[in-house]
Amino acid sequence: MKYALFVGCLAPVMGRQFELSARKVAEKLGLELIDIEDFACCGFPLRSVDEETALLLATRDLCVAEGKNLDICTICTGCASTLAEAGKELSHDVGLREKVNEKLQKIGRAYKGEVKVKHFVRVLYEDIGLKKIKDQVKNSLEGLKLASHYGCHYLKPSDVFNEFEDPEVPKTLDQLISVLGAETVEYEEKIQCCGGVILDIDDNIALAMAQRKLEHVNAMGADAMVLMCPLCGSMYDRNQRVIERRFNASYGLPVLFYTQILGLALGIDPRELGLDMNRVKTSDLLSKLGF
Amino acid sequence: MVATKLDPKFKDEVSKTRGGQNIKRCYQCGTCNVGCPVREIEEKYNPRKIIRMTILGMRERVLSSEFIWLCSACYTCSERCPQDVRIADVMNALKNLAVKEGHVHSSFAKRLEVIEANGRLFPVSQFDNAKRKELGLPQIPPKNEEVQELCKLVGSSKPSNVGGGG
Ligand code: SF4
Ligand code: SF4
Repeated sequence: MKYALFVGCLAPVMGRQFELSARKVAEKLGLELIDIEDFACCGFPLRSVDEETALLLATRDLCVAEGKNLDICTICTGCASTLAEAGKELSHDVGLREKVNEKLQKIGRAYKGEVKVKHFVRVLYEDIGLKKIKDQVKNSLEGLKLASHYGCHYLKPSDVFNEFEDPEVPKTLDQLISVLGAETVEYEEKIQCCGGVILDIDDNIALAMAQRKLEHVNAMGADAMVLMCPLCGSMYDRNQRVIERRFNASYGLPVLFYTQILGLALGIDPRELGLDMNRVKTSDLLSKLGF
Repeated sequence: MVATKLDPKFKDEVSKTRGGQNIKRCYQCGTCNVGCPVREIEEKYNPRKIIRMTILGMRERVLSSEFIWLCSACYTCSERCPQDVRIADVMNALKNLAVKEGHVHSSFAKRLEVIEANGRLFPVSQFDNAKRKELGLPQIPPKNEEVQELCKLVGSSKPSNVGGGG
């Protein structure tokens, strides 16, 4: 199994522990990730203001992977949906592809329409599989109560992902957590968005959106929240103190990337999984697991 | 009632813009309002109404509205809309048109420039790269020449390059 790793703009600056732990678990599970220097922004941040340029950026990244004969594995859900959507449209709509290629030819690129795009967690679920993961668990996470948070763009638009998940009642992340021995906890408004996309537009609304979820997860007595997108991570982990202050609340809820808890279960040293880079302290959680 | 200048062609303009293709199918059922996470917090945000105003032709009101910038692109409504209006994409189409009229939300004004200069939305500093090296992570180049070329190619005439209110 081999993919081009697309780290995106966000993870290297606000989710380094995600990138780090994803690479470690990939290595452990025999998933080969190829780094390509030529990758740049996926275009998502420009979609609101300039769809045309956004699509060109996405297609350029697809061209880069196509040139190496590789499919793409992203760690950001936003990159996954943006690149997958562009890829799907361009492989069906020949007219659009010609139009885009006309521009790209000026920088020496052209897209044939052959690259598949998946988020890292989907690769774990589909390419590695629950069974293989379960077989490799060294430290069961039994006793932990974990609340999953699916990033919106892991699920939606669902047609972009060929309906691989149910956007209303998603299950893949919960199953991936369960095979590690942990208990998954259900909570209110589970598929609620983190608000990250509008943080720069209206931080009151965005932080209130994130706060609601922290409330719901906390109410169920979860030990931690588990997610898979650097933007969601920044809302619930990096901004948790800000939220606590603004809403006069206290959560202290650890927020881990799935690859971090997977790594713990696979027996990888917590330091190699960047657990010290999480803003909300993970030490209680680790001692609960006997570290 | 205050008379608002209506532009009956506005809905056609939106339906020809990427993302706006299905806007005319809306039959105002309100499903998009129910379960919109932004509306749960701020009830003045009303996607159904934005679509209604667009179909009615209230071009200036819609394009200068701060509300079109509030969609968090969660696609909840797009999934549930019985008419496949793809509301999140319609919001994008509206924002793209708004930008052409000079209504760029300030937080977006510099995005194209930043991406052009660095190849990415968040530049990776030397400090970041040193830290990456320590952790055994590959270096991230400070710029991407192809992206610069590409942005020059399409960007020079783009209003999203200019700063502005919103
Ligand atoms: S859910 Fe669809 S059809 Fe119903 S009001 Fe919203 S956009 Fe219109
Ligand atoms: S996509 Fe936008 S309008 Fe639709 S539910 Fe999400 S935030 Fe609301």
